[in-house]
Amino acid sequence: MGYSLDFGWLADAIGAIARGAAMTILLIAVTTLAGTFLSILGAAGRRNGPLLLKRAIGVYVEIIRNTPFLVQLFFIFFGLPSIGVRLDPLLAAMLAMTLNMAAYTIEIVGAGLDAVPRGQTEAALALGLRLRQVFVKIVLPQALKVIYPALTSQIIIMMLESAVVSQIAVRELTYEADMLQARTFRAFETYFVVTMVYLVLSVGLRRLLVSGGRRALGAGVS
Amino acid sequence: MIEFTFWDIVRNLLLAARWTVLLSLAAFVGGGVVGMLVLFFRIAKNKWARRLASGYIALFQGTPLLMQLFLMFFGLPMLGLRIEPWTAAALGLTFFASAYLAEIWRGGVDALPRGQWDAGASLGLHYLQELRLIILPQAFSITRAPTVGFLVQLIKSTALTSIIGFEELVRTSNAINNATFEPFTVYGLVALIFFVMCFPLTQYARRLERATATN
Repeated sequence: MGYSLDFGWLADAIGAIARGAAMTILLIAVTTLAGTFLSILGAAGRRNGPLLLKRAIGVYVEIIRNTPFLVQLFFIFFGLPSIGVRLDPLLAAMLAMTLNMAAYTIEIVGAGLDAVPRGQTEAALALGLRLRQVFVKIVLPQALKVIYPALTSQIIIMMLESAVVSQIAVRELTYEADMLQARTFRAFETYFVVTMVYLVLSVGLRRLLVSGGRRALGAGVS
Repeated sequence: MIEFTFWDIVRNLLLAARWTVLLSLAAFVGGGVVGMLVLFFRIAKNKWARRLASGYIALFQGTPLLMQLFLMFFGLPMLGLRIEPWTAAALGLTFFASAYLAEIWRGGVDALPRGQWDAGASLGLHYLQELRLIILPQAFSITRAPTVGFLVQLIKSTALTSIIGFEELVRTSNAINNATFEPFTVYGLVALIFFVMCFPLTQYARRLERATATN
């Protein structure tokens, strides 16, 4: 007997899927802001900070980049309570995602900072700007423009990776899918629909970031 | 109740890590073979073949791997295949890898100057000979660094197969954690084992990248 697809459950499930998608969007929004901020600090620290800080950032980047996100998440959520740091699932997920994303974007932002010619800094200093002003107003905007496409890709990768946080019971899109399929016994159809929702989210997020980037950083951003 | 010493934990994790290695290799090799096929479509002269391959790549790069694994796991039985976590994990990661590898190698093909094709044609080579003798060797050689980089990503991605029930490193560590209640040690060790597998490859990829850049 062949298996026949059944999408009859979908009408009642739209609310749950929308709630899950909203949580996924919230997660990636928080991660993008916190992660980008952290990586600007990290990249600047890695270039201009004291030696110990440079080393520490380097070690952090290597550890995160060479271990799976799922293990990082489990370590933060299950492991940290044994040294007295207890986080609720949502906070643990946001922390894990931010730390993960920052490790990748530190390298990206760093490459952008390196791409800004030294003359820019020298010219700004000659005009009497202070070091912090030079960084925030002259170097950083130019660096962001260069790295914007890579940053966009990393944000989308992170959004897709966020499916994993369902494993610590954060009620995002994948978690809702797990609940739905347990209720409807229509596992394939449920995951198929949710996969399509993810596809729409990633395509939409890319469009949004590209057009938003064009507006904020000027032309030439792809 | 069985008592777990620290070395029991380590030994069990290392035994489980063999499956992580095996799955990574299977997916990398399988992904390489399927990826070649996707690459042929992606760079074909036929517009529809190219579109089909682009769609395939966009689909895998635009959806979470976890969803792809779930669809494999629940979708394969509908085609009448017997369901096992190992098959679903290996097939899921193979398709995932094929999309990424095809896209990486396509970058290599695109980076070659148009003259390479023209020179091949002027020597009287037909399309497949051009690919085999001129284009692909060069494309592979300039994309060696990202290919190794992707292998690292693939090794890390095997962690997700624990969720569909494949007994690799992470799933075993969950079981050990449930028996020992020492999550800090257990997940710390798991991270360390992954690090030991991935870090040398990351360094190797970095060296390749520098070598390509200076050439």
